[in-house]
Amino acid sequence: MTHENSFYGPLVDPAADAGYLEHPPRVGFFTDTSVCIGCKACEVACKEWNAVPEDGLNLLGMSFDNTGMLGADSWRHVAFIEQDRPLGAHDAGLAGLPTGPGVSEAAAEVVAEALRQAPRGGGDLGTTPVDLGFPSFQLPGSAPGEHHRTDFRWLMSSDVCKHCTHAGCLDVCPTGALFRTEFGTVVVQEDICNGCGYCVSGCPYGVIDRRHGDGRASKCTLCYDRLRGGLEPACAKACPTKSIQFGPLDELRERAAQRLDQLHDAGVTEARLYGHDPDDGVGGSGAFFLLLDEPEVYGLPPDPMVPTRDLASTWKYAGMAASALVTAAVSVFLGRRGR
Amino acid sequence: MTDNDGSLREPHRGTGAAGIRPTTSRRGRADDGSREQLAVPRARFRSYYGRPVLKPPVWEWRIPAYFFAGGLSAGAALLAAGADLTGRPALRRAGRLGGFAGLLASLYLLIADLGRPERFHYMLRVVKPSSPMSVGTWILTAYGSGSGLAAAAELLPPSLRASMPGRLLHAAGRPAGLSAAVFAPGVASYTAALLAQTAVPAWHEARRELPFVFTGSAAASGGGLGMLLAPVAEAGPARRLAAAGAAAELIASRLIDRRPGLVTEAYTTGRAHRLRRSSEYLTLGGAVLAVSGARRSRLAAVAGGLALLAGSALKRFGTFEAGVASTKDPKYVVVPQREGLEAADGERHPPT
Repeated sequence: MTHENSFYGPLVDPAADAGYLEHPPRVGFFTDTSVCIGCKACEVACKEWNAVPEDGLNLLGMSFDNTGMLGADSWRHVAFIEQDRPLGAHDAGLAGLPTGPGVSEAAAEVVAEALRQAPRGGGDLGTTPVDLGFPSFQLPGSAPGEHHRTDFRWLMSSDVCKHCTHAGCLDVCPTGALFRTEFGTVVVQEDICNGCGYCVSGCPYGVIDRRHGDGRASKCTLCYDRLRGGLEPACAKACPTKSIQFGPLDELRERAAQRLDQLHDAGVTEARLYGHDPDDGVGGSGAFFLLLDEPEVYGLPPDPMVPTRDLASTWKYAGMAASALVTAAVSVFLGRRGR
Repeated sequence: MTDNDGSLREPHRGTGAAGIRPTTSRRGRADDGSREQLAVPRARFRSYYGRPVLKPPVWEWRIPAYFFAGGLSAGAALLAAGADLTGRPALRRAGRLGGFAGLLASLYLLIADLGRPERFHYMLRVVKPSSPMSVGTWILTAYGSGSGLAAAAELLPPSLRASMPGRLLHAAGRPAGLSAAVFAPGVASYTAALLAQTAVPAWHEARRELPFVFTGSAAASGGGLGMLLAPVAEAGPARRLAAAGAAAELIASRLIDRRPGLVTEAYTTGRAHRLRRSSEYLTLGGAVLAVSGARRSRLAAVAGGLALLAGSALKRFGTFEAGVASTKDPKYVVVPQREGLEAADGERHPPT
């Protein structure tokens, strides 16, 4: 069943579009990173509840992030970014004092260089052990001397599958293993998946991956089993600051807009929402975020697009090329017979 | 892969840092592993410790090899059908047998690359136009029966030809071969749609050109196979198909190279570039032989055929590598998307 905007554009009710006649309201996550404290309780709760295997005990040097990326065995990932600037209107009392450039930038560059050399450019993070050569990082301000005195803020954000309105992984899955649930979320049926790997390249966020030694694709289910039992997902349940909020998507969008206004009024002008807009390239995501810097700083694509947007033109050009091949094949047999 | 010369532990001061601040010129590493300051500064963008935004494809060498084998099979099936209708038995035989061998190879490669090969038939649970892999599976299924039957008719020993099943099979050869030829253009082109319908920047952005690269490559390799296996007297159509396919492949590839935008860099640098350039020399050489020496000399035909086959295979590997490279470096995701946002922003708030 395809309607207008089934593949691209604003779509109010993806579950109805997928064929559910009666279904509960669409649910999702609003992750307010301004109150994330980087405790990783979400990562742990997710692993515990969903029996997600170990993803490699890495020491990455990405500040306190030793997970690195979402992957087959990391369905929540807490990013840590160190910046030489004050958090909101905080005053560290550095005015008039000599300050240094900070160590964060240099440490980040060391990690970046190691990632360039890593298999799959570090894309295996979150799925399997990745050896970056143990890059170290220095605690901000831990070294003596004025050169190490700097403004400082930590950005922390718990990333998760976006459960897109238009999900690239779901669109390309050739077995029907990926499906849209009645809650509007996107889930892999592990008894169906044959590990073709197409979804891995279909996702514009780099979320889903194939599990090593198992061969099947795996990602966040938004705790489909808990939802069916009337419970909230494990990560939201475990979050001690309510940075991860779970609920009906409409309600979360309202709440996020209020929170954004509140932060702007408080002078945190850099606060912005990410993934909330039904007009964006994936039709708005089921999991959206309040960020304190540009999305790419958190490892998120600034303007993701579901590849299916261009499906019609892709097939059109493939059809043109196929027709050209037919024409060529017929014409090489015409004329000059017997040669 | 990780380099342990100790430099990783030493923060290099003064080099811009990915993920912290807009970087002006970052240190790059040449493909041979030596450190060098890039003459062209790296694109300005921010990222999370330089980590990829996308997951690089999990596919390995089998997938580009499967593209090649499938394309070869399709090109050969088209030639076999034409040869059958125009009375060229040796070319028909080469096309039917080569086409079926190519199909078997491509099916093997496709299934072996699955994470759960024993579940390959789960592909037949659904029909999904939004998944070129699903569409392709059905095209291959439809194509396979014709290709297999035509090859079986070709392999029928003369001693069995008089028997009832033998006569039936022999009679089925032509319709089977024609049915394979009907689906062959789909087999040759769907793999381009398969790559284009991904979030991989180098593949998605080349969605207009890739189908022509791939069908051109299929025609060149199918023609090359005909030149290789059929006698010169019968291989005229194979030579012409090879030359036409090679021209299409070369032109479409060049169009990708000339596309505006950062993503072109994934095609024109590194391993992808070396593979594609080698492919172009081989394809060009093969095509020149196809329209010159191969018309008279069997030796030239064999050399040209082999060059075309190798050129087609390398083109698939080069295209595949370009896609992989474009997922490993976050710049291919961040820079174009950021530019798009800024352009849209400029339209909404024109500078006063």
